[in-house]
Formats: sequence, C-alpha cells, structure tokens
Amino acid sequence: MSEAVSALKGESHTGFATVAEAGLTGMVTIRADLGSKTLADALGPMGLSVPGLRGVVAADGRSLAWMSPDELMLFCGYDEAPKIAADLTAAFGGEHSLVVNVSDMRSLFVVSGAKGDEVLMKLCPVDMATLPQMEMRRTRAAQTGVAFWRSGPGEIRLICFRSVAGYMMGLLEVSSRRGGEIF
Amino acid sequence: MQIIPCPYCGVEAEETELTYGHEAHLKRVGPDSDAADFEAYMFTRKNPKGVHFERWRHSNGCGKWFLAARHTVTLEVFGTYPAQTTEPPAELVEKIKAKCPEWKGWK
Repeated sequence: MSEAVSALKGESHTGFATVAEAGLTGMVTIRADLGSKTLADALGPMGLSVPGLRGVVAADGRSLAWMSPDELMLFCGYDEAPKIAADLTAAFGGEHSLVVNVSDMRSLFVVSGAKGDEVLMKLCPVDMATLPQMEMRRTRAAQTGVAFWRSGPGEIRLICFRSVAGYMMGLLEVSSRRGGEIF
Repeated sequence: MQIIPCPYCGVEAEETELTYGHEAHLKRVGPDSDAADFEAYMFTRKNPKGVHFERWRHSNGCGKWFLAARHTVTLEVFGTYPAQTTEPPAELVEKIKAKCPEWKGWK
C-alpha cells in the first residue's frame, strides 16, 4: 500500500494569522433524506445527530456538517473514514442514499488567530461579523468554491477540492501577510 | 451587486455566489405542437423592464436551483422560492402587486 499524503503535506504560513493545511483528514459525504430514521440511528452510536440548517455538530473528535438540504459531511480520522463510509452504506441498505469517502478528494485548512476573520473577509463574499460558531458557510474564495465554519475560538476550518489546494494556500498565504490587516 | 436569499440554505447570497438561469416558469411544448408554439417555447423570452421571474442556482453554495422574482430596473428582489413549483406563490404575487401597481401579472 502506498503512503497516503495530503495535498500540501501540512504546509503552514504565519502572518497576522496562521494558515495551515490540516494534513490527512477523513471526510465522508452523505447524501440522503436528512429526516431519515435510518440515518439518525446510524449516527447515534457515534454520538452525532443530524445538524439543523447550516449547523455543525461535533462529538469525540468527529464533526458532522449540514451542506445542503440533502447532504451532510462527516469529518473524522483519515484511517477510520473507509470503515465509516462502508458501515453507513450498509446501514442504509436499500434506502435511497449515497455515502462516499471523499478524504482524498478534499483538503482541509485551518485559519487561526484573533484576526483570522480578516484573512477570509478579503476572499469571500460573506459577512463574517454575523457568522456564528459552528455554522457551515459554503461560498467561494476568489475563484474557487469553499466551505468553512468557526470550529472554536479564533479558529476557522475551511475545505476545498484537493485539486485547488495549491491555489487555496496561495490565496490564504497572501491574504494573511503582515501589513494586510483590514482593521 | 445584488443579494438574493437562497430558499434552501437561508444564506443571503451575494450575486457572485450564484449563477443566473434565465426565465422561470417555462412550460415545455410537446412533440404534437405546431411550429409557431415550439418556436415560442424555444426562443421567445420575456425581456421586461420591470418584474421578472427567473431561475438562479446557488452554485458556490448549497448547489440548488431556485426561483426568484426580481425587478430588472430597481434590482429589488421581491422574493425567492423553491424550484419545485409551477407558478409563483400567491403571497409573493400579492406583494409584488402592492409594490408595482402597473405590473400585469407573471404569465
């Protein structure tokens, strides 16, 4: 088995905020009827429940995010993602759904620091001042689609496609350079 | 810049997050129709200076198509609603009538 590596191998830069690629992260996309009892029952043992509109819930180091009215994204350990995806697929049985391990298809970035918001303010058409904790916001950063949420105090987690990880890091690095603060 | 609320994810989406999808509420004309009807379905589009019903996709967001009523001159967005509807919601029509008395209806 070849050694799995993330797109940028944990590259990080520190300007007025720190931007870093998070390294290997498990991501499982779940497309199904979000009101489904089967889904709720399958998530129960992980301590997770289906999040409300744009919500993100976390338990035991895993997070589950609302992506669209029929889509969730589960963040977990890289190694456990294939098993979680297989278990969920099995749990759904014949019910109309799609569960895929997309860990190698996406990249996760972490923007941290008190002025972390300002890094994204320059890239995304989002009113950062009104974005609450643990709310998933899907938008664009310059020319590429991203999704991010406030995962903790002074910390924003952001995902994008792996194919644009280099571009994304370029954006974040330039946007977080010292002297580029907005306020 | 316009801000249009997405009825699916509730985000106040800025225009660059969205993709325009042209006129809404088009009814496809079937194979039994005559040439004039088919031409009208295929090519003849409304181009009003006023209230316009149109399709939008929250492409850099939840990815869903939705419908919006928008004024093409003032750029006021009267409302948005899910795409699984064959006609605008009655309350939205009433709201537009109240704001634009000269408006002749959506058909």
